[in-house]
Amino acid sequence: MNTDSKIKSLDDLRKLRDSLRSSMVLREKSENPELIVQIRVSMDTCGIAAGAKEIMAHFIESLEQKKVEALVTQTGCLGFCDADPVAEIIVPGKEPLIFGHLTNQKADEIIDNYIVKGHLTDNIRPITREAVKPE
Amino acid sequence: MSYSNFVLVCNGTGCRASHSQQLADCLDKALVQNGLNESVQVVRTGCFGFCEKGPVVKMIPDNTFYVEVQPSDAEDIVKEHLIKGCKVERLLYVNPETKEQVSDSKHIDFYKKQHRVALRNCGFINPENIDEYIARDGYIALGKALTEMTPEEVIKELLDSGLRGRGGAGFPTGLKWQFTRKVKAAQKYVVCNADEGDPGAFMDRSVLEGDPHSVVEAMAINGYCTDASKGLVYIRAEYPLAVERLKIAIRQAKEYGLLGDNILGTDFSFDIEIRYGAGAFVCGEETALIHSMEGLRGEATMKPPFPSEAGYKGFPTNVNNVETYANVPVILLKGAKWFAGMGTEKSKGTKVFALAGKVNNVGLIEVPMGTTLREVIFGTGGGIKDGKKFKAVQTGGPSGGCLTEKHLDLPIDYDNLIGAGSMMGSGGMIVMDEDDCMVAVAKFYMDFIVEESCGKCTPCRIGNKRLQEILHKITIGKGEEKDLEDLYNLGNVIKDTALCGLGQTSPNPVLSTMEHFRDEYLAHVRDKRCPSHQCRSLSRYYVNPEKCKGCTACTRACPVQAISGEKKLPHVIDPETCIRCGSCIEKCKFDAIYVL
Repeated sequence: MNTDSKIKSLDDLRKLRDSLRSSMVLREKSENPELIVQIRVSMDTCGIAAGAKEIMAHFIESLEQKKVEALVTQTGCLGFCDADPVAEIIVPGKEPLIFGHLTNQKADEIIDNYIVKGHLTDNIRPITREAVKPE
Repeated sequence: MSYSNFVLVCNGTGCRASHSQQLADCLDKALVQNGLNESVQVVRTGCFGFCEKGPVVKMIPDNTFYVEVQPSDAEDIVKEHLIKGCKVERLLYVNPETKEQVSDSKHIDFYKKQHRVALRNCGFINPENIDEYIARDGYIALGKALTEMTPEEVIKELLDSGLRGRGGAGFPTGLKWQFTRKVKAAQKYVVCNADEGDPGAFMDRSVLEGDPHSVVEAMAINGYCTDASKGLVYIRAEYPLAVERLKIAIRQAKEYGLLGDNILGTDFSFDIEIRYGAGAFVCGEETALIHSMEGLRGEATMKPPFPSEAGYKGFPTNVNNVETYANVPVILLKGAKWFAGMGTEKSKGTKVFALAGKVNNVGLIEVPMGTTLREVIFGTGGGIKDGKKFKAVQTGGPSGGCLTEKHLDLPIDYDNLIGAGSMMGSGGMIVMDEDDCMVAVAKFYMDFIVEESCGKCTPCRIGNKRLQEILHKITIGKGEEKDLEDLYNLGNVIKDTALCGLGQTSPNPVLSTMEHFRDEYLAHVRDKRCPSHQCRSLSRYYVNPEKCKGCTACTRACPVQAISGEKKLPHVIDPETCIRCGSCIEKCKFDAIYVL
């Protein structure tokens, strides 16, 4: 082993820890999923065909850039094939909302307005669960 | 490169025994086949604790918890869960009461009441990768102690935290460190006691398998506080996986300069070596442990002098248990106040228990001190197997005692358990149901003690042998009432006169079962009857003539031809010939044979 791998001070150790944090953050967040924002992208066949994979990648990238903490996961068909790509967004303490016809731009708007500021705009109206409740 | 998903696969000894290594390999293979190996990582972790349902797999980030996963399930986990995002329902945990599937470990009763401190990294990180430990603030406590605190300040923090030895006796850890610190000597030693020997206990093994770095870090902190430059881990050779992971941990810590000379640029140097034990129970006693490390016979010696004055090779030595060490780094990080906020007045923090015996959820648990036995056995433990009735729980292993129904609401802490005639011990908890004979249980522990007594002092060597003989006599139906008096007197003499902790506590299982189950002992000696039908010599097999159809199945099953009777007519068992093997009961389709 060369001597370069040696950690020479507490500060170096802290730096190393910070650089290694990211892999743990995801695991730690998963321990308490109800406390953090969750974005679940519908990743069924038609969702994928409509671009769900790209949307999911964009969410992950964009959240990291904007330094917004959220868990992005995939889920099966939400039933809204008409509105694909579709994602369900759960903000702690609020009713889960489903957003459809997602584009990269809409994803950004959802992060900026709904997740960060907590309000909805005309452009990103959700298809709420009530809307599909059978009569 | 960062991963977006993790698959945590338990690789503790229990799960490995049911093929979790192959499972992890199959998952790796399936990920490569499906082109996911760059975004999903399989992490081989330490024990999740839920050994009953192993092998256990946890999916990150959605926190899905899969149980009893086989290598053949790897393909489905990758294709269904990771690609399609659907849970593999057949692998989900089913709540035995409501029959509902539970997908999240937080909603499984087994985990609800747990609070993991010593086990904080077990089942969470890969124990063979120091980077994962560092990412969880690993070695920061050591760095903080070395650069920002004096040894006295560290010791004060431990004293304030109220941490007491987790090996069994419950001696305040800070005080022990202080004693060793105060002794002046050219050389001092820090020893980790990993000689876990209680039947049914696997707390220390799991900590070493799941989070070895926490012990390495704490030993270095201990070295700093006591001016010791050398650490020794005394571990039994029969824990190969723990040994292997500890070795890896020590090697990685050395590579990073977290062990060795001038740690983190300070003038503190510390190194750790492993010493193997051959698996003698008495070597968990600190003086015997030290002698074993010196190459002498594992025999206890008189205290004082305490190891903190004259221990390994005559030098001051600080001996702490694995779980005690595992608590130290987190106390320095989160503060004494945080730690002292958990537990009872005199027992702070949490305690790890190995739950075994007739309980639904066998496994490794960690609960705050002060949790009641009922919460542990019926909450976390999920109650008694097969809906049977709870009879007793043995805490503290062969040194502890049996606690009964009336103790169920007792908050668990060091003093309460001693008050109830048992002890905390290292944390083994063996649950017994209505089918267990308490005399036989006491005899089981006595057999263990007789085998493990080092033989140095007379009370333990001869006294325990006599106890065992009397118990044997009782279980084969030759006991008299006077034997009970002898058991009681002899037991108390051994307690008062034996040399070390092993002997002084060895009669506890006998004395406590005699106290709580006196009627069972009386049934054995007076009526020559074993109420739970466990003592073979005392049970009699009978055929119920009303139920017997004369099918002759039992006659054919009986190895000693003790059953006779005409075809289609009720059969009879000859008690003289019968060896009470139970073969006939197994074969009888009409439930016609019973035992009294």
